[in-house]
Amino acid sequence: MTESTYRIRGATGDWEVVIGLEVHAQVTSNAKLFSGAATAFGAEPNTQVSLVDAAMPGMLPTPNRECIRQAVRTGMAIDAVINKWSRFDRKNYFYADLPQGYQISQLYHPLVGEGVVEIVLDEKDPNSVPKAIGVERIHVEQDAGKLMHDQHPTRSYVDLNRSGVALMEIVSRPDMRSPAEAGAYLSKLRTILRYVGSCDGNMDQGSMRADVNVSVRRPGEEFGTRTETKNVNSVRFVMAAIEYEANRQVAVIEDGGRIVQETRLFDPDKGVTRSMRSKEDAHDYRYFPDPDLLPLELDDAFLEECRASLPELPDAKRKRYEGELGLSAYNAAVLTAEVETARWFEALLAECGSDVPAKSAANWLISDLYGALNRLGKTIGDSPVSPAQGAELLKLVADGTLSGTLSKQVFEIMLETGQGANAIVEERGLKQTSDTGAIEAVIAEVMEKNADKVADYRGGKDKLFGFFVGQTMKAMGGKANPGVVNDLLKKALG
Amino acid sequence: MSVEPATVKRVAGLARIAITDAEAEKLAPELGNILGFIEQLGEVDTSGVEPMTAVIPNHLRLRDDVVTDGDVRDKVLANAPQGEHGFFTVPKVIE
Repeated sequence: MTESTYRIRGATGDWEVVIGLEVHAQVTSNAKLFSGAATAFGAEPNTQVSLVDAAMPGMLPTPNRECIRQAVRTGMAIDAVINKWSRFDRKNYFYADLPQGYQISQLYHPLVGEGVVEIVLDEKDPNSVPKAIGVERIHVEQDAGKLMHDQHPTRSYVDLNRSGVALMEIVSRPDMRSPAEAGAYLSKLRTILRYVGSCDGNMDQGSMRADVNVSVRRPGEEFGTRTETKNVNSVRFVMAAIEYEANRQVAVIEDGGRIVQETRLFDPDKGVTRSMRSKEDAHDYRYFPDPDLLPLELDDAFLEECRASLPELPDAKRKRYEGELGLSAYNAAVLTAEVETARWFEALLAECGSDVPAKSAANWLISDLYGALNRLGKTIGDSPVSPAQGAELLKLVADGTLSGTLSKQVFEIMLETGQGANAIVEERGLKQTSDTGAIEAVIAEVMEKNADKVADYRGGKDKLFGFFVGQTMKAMGGKANPGVVNDLLKKALG
Repeated sequence: MSVEPATVKRVAGLARIAITDAEAEKLAPELGNILGFIEQLGEVDTSGVEPMTAVIPNHLRLRDDVVTDGDVRDKVLANAPQGEHGFFTVPKVIE
């Protein structure tokens, strides 16, 4: 990727946008970061709260090994430095969703250091050059509870079920230069987290949300003053928030104003950001090491297990699909973008064995299966056809039993009835025939009925060949092997 | 080390403690004395000395990822000044 050419066109010239993201990703675990209470989404209010999460006096936190493990594995997946010695700090502030009066986080010694996420703006373009986005750090911390303001005229309701759930805060470098780059980074990060299994990536349930840092400058000059837009919860909204905020900043500066470093909120309905203008002192968090927790020390065996348990990651998989399986860049990108799709595809390949070329399997999955799933409003996770059933169908195409057209018919019947391809072919007599005698008889008939066209063809009208193929196939109810029909027709027409 | 009454007011504000101007005037020299007392530690050269995190050799214990707690809503809400429908309720806070 060459340097981004994205610019805000102001009245006084062009402006470059500088973007950094802090992504909060909820760690997939059964229990919370420092207590044994459950993390499942959607439970009755305050039923998944231990006395630790409610900050009752005398309660002590004990870290959940799995949460630490998932953060380490995530760090390894982005080639980051893993700090074998890290420490928890208290971030002090008062808010109704934070019973402790502080959040246990990691400021001074985070668990994960420098890493990198590679993005490609257009996954489908094989010539699109990747750009490396630096990740400064990943630390683990507690989530806060949830406030509801619309249940009562004068009171806010507090549900602490989310209080104490483990989050990874993934802090990027200010390396992005356009809304599209920020969108690609967030999507890529989500893909990696879902491959690793450290976060489910459900943005609509708040499992991933981003704080968006934006500033503008004249191309090549020093960074400008940035603003931070909090808690943006979709790729689309992140891109919209950046676009709005960058244009707002340019307008302020060109009007002779000054950008104030502040926290802002994105309003998805109006597509605008606005100042939170809350407490002036809100940023004085008076961090200090949490005296309830010893430093977190990891040994080599722990780190080795983390590394050994990492799956093949999306970039490696995409390269393998292109290199070893010979798939196009587009197909490789489509098949690896979601971990479920890649899993399904690999299960399909395993079922196909060496009978079906990987390219045919990829094409069938992307066009036929995806087409059907879109039509049915289903995802690959709840596909009515299993990889084994898909392979059964593809094998019938590969061995010549079914033509392309017939295979589409059989697939439709599979979707409707749930029957296997072999059974459908037997039951409905949909087998393609390569019986040369039968085909020759039909060809003779077709030529007799269309003697004038035969003469035309022999007189040099080559294009009529297709007509004869069509007529023969039609007479055979679509069941003739097209290859055999072609060969026999060529012979017969001379 | 001298502490200004304004600093005292600010620190008190961050800790959500309401104090009067008169109290801030009185607390400023007291806090200054405490800080001065602690600053004496700065006279010791600690370069090259690792910070001590525990008085006995000890390691942070980690827990298995098993749900062993929760489902104690009544206990959790028992001391709340106000609750309703299984929630804590607080004076309305809206950004």
